Amino acid sequence: MIELKNVSMIFNQGTVNENQAISTINLNVREGDFITVIGSNGAGKSTLFNLIAGTITPTVGSIHLNDRNITRDPEYKRARYIGRIFQNPLLGTASNMSLEDNMMITYKKGFKWLKRSLNHSMREFFKSELVQLRMGLEDRMKENLALFSGGQRQALTLLMMVLSRPDLILLDEHTAALDPKNAEIVLELTNKFIAEYKLTAMMITHNMSHAIEYGNRLLMMDKGEIIFEAAGEEKKALTVEKLIDKFHQIRHKSFESDRTLLSEE
Amino acid sequence: MIEGIFVEGLIYGIMVLGVFISFRVLDFPDLTVDGSFPLGAALMAQCLLMGVNGWLALLVAFAGGVAAGVITSLIHNHLKVPNLLAGILTMTMLYSINIRILGNRANVPLLNQETILTQVTGRLTGIIPDDYILLVFFAVVTIVIKILLDLFFRTDLGMTIGAMGNNEQMVISQGVNPKTLKSIGLGISNGLVALSGAFAAQYLGFADVGLGQGIIISGLASVMIGEFLILKSNRIGVLTLCAVLGSICFYAVMYVGRYYGYVINMTPNDLNLIKGILIIVLLVMTQSKKLKKAAVRAVVKHD
Repeated sequence: MIELKNVSMIFNQGTVNENQAISTINLNVREGDFITVIGSNGAGKSTLFNLIAGTITPTVGSIHLNDRNITRDPEYKRARYIGRIFQNPLLGTASNMSLEDNMMITYKKGFKWLKRSLNHSMREFFKSELVQLRMGLEDRMKENLALFSGGQRQALTLLMMVLSRPDLILLDEHTAALDPKNAEIVLELTNKFIAEYKLTAMMITHNMSHAIEYGNRLLMMDKGEIIFEAAGEEKKALTVEKLIDKFHQIRHKSFESDRTLLSEE
Repeated sequence: MIEGIFVEGLIYGIMVLGVFISFRVLDFPDLTVDGSFPLGAALMAQCLLMGVNGWLALLVAFAGGVAAGVITSLIHNHLKVPNLLAGILTMTMLYSINIRILGNRANVPLLNQETILTQVTGRLTGIIPDDYILLVFFAVVTIVIKILLDLFFRTDLGMTIGAMGNNEQMVISQGVNPKTLKSIGLGISNGLVALSGAFAAQYLGFADVGLGQGIIISGLASVMIGEFLILKSNRIGVLTLCAVLGSICFYAVMYVGRYYGYVINMTPNDLNLIKGILIIVLLVMTQSKKLKKAAVRAVVKHD
């Protein structure tokens, strides 16, 4: 569905600060895939997401969605079919607006006209959807989002993104900034929604056991390359220890420094 | 006398609504205002001198303001110029354009000219006491504009513009180009400012290129006074009402300063200093308000 062909990303090309963030990645995301992406800091995970979402355009290579070349499409155009959730829970919603207004804005993608769509039936629909989060948000429709916790806002962003049915969702460590309890809730919701609505998803995580537990494919990245990929039965058989051994085998270097970054629980 | 105090606040209230949109809704400190206010005045004056219908002239002034706002947004969006500089660029260019519109003069008097205000006064004489005609007229005009704005910001498009000022990434994630929204928002903002300028020219009886000097500071001060007066709210109707009330308060103070300032040996030339000090005082007061709130919250948490 989404295909990256020979994609490379070089920042500050031709200067002393030249930095090859992604080197010649080929990746084919098939419909219904749930891919987890792991790798230490600076491995290029977020850069990969930025390339797919259109925040940056690749130096070399092309990106195709359903055989259509979208390499040059700006981020806002791709956002109509690619949903993204960031690590910062504040980026998905507007703090100074009420919950119902936020839901109205995020309910439909694309340019909005001089129409007032927020009516009684819409409110009822939003309430019935909010019940799924089991956070009691359905009784707080008129409250400002600034009063909500990070976990509630992230869960809301997730719900609204799912309702717009994107072709691909990108989860950029979306539980990393939450406390452990909320992180668990949001992750469970994510897994539930992806299964329920048969979404195609990619998720960056620093938690290796999560990467093994969720999804049907796993990518390990290092220095801008995908160094290891596991899918299906092979992925199910993985353990944290095996993953670390794998990294050691491939890179011939100690994983110790990365152990501190990749938590094992 | 009382009427004079409030009329200015209402006329400039339209401008304050414009400043409220750019500074508060869009989070775009737009200095174009200093140029689009006299632009509205100049277009109005020139149209009236050419014999154009007054209401049509208002529309021309509004359109001129919209164009000025859109130009600022284009400079900012496409040339990646910081928002402050983009506004200053347009404002500087407008100075020359305004003089051109006024026929290479810096000041055009409208004293014996038929204007919307003379028409309205003529029509309402006898129905309303003479002293209050303009007060009632401008109260109606400003409130109608305020209500139209409220309605606009409750549409899907208006809400999206509101969200952009708060969180640009969110709007991008919705598949909307924030550049388009900025152009629409700045267009409306400067359109209102020019409209305010057009009314001001008729009220003052002249159009002058210097009319807009420092107007952004007056607008900002008014917005801040309004916010200071009323508790924080997320309802757009309350926020626009704050802006209008802030404008009435601010211009009432300025009016008193202009006419009775001599008592404390103050001249009209001191007003700009007073405006600046007023903003600084307001900033300090809102800061300490916030600090107090934070302190209270911290104490509550500890308990």
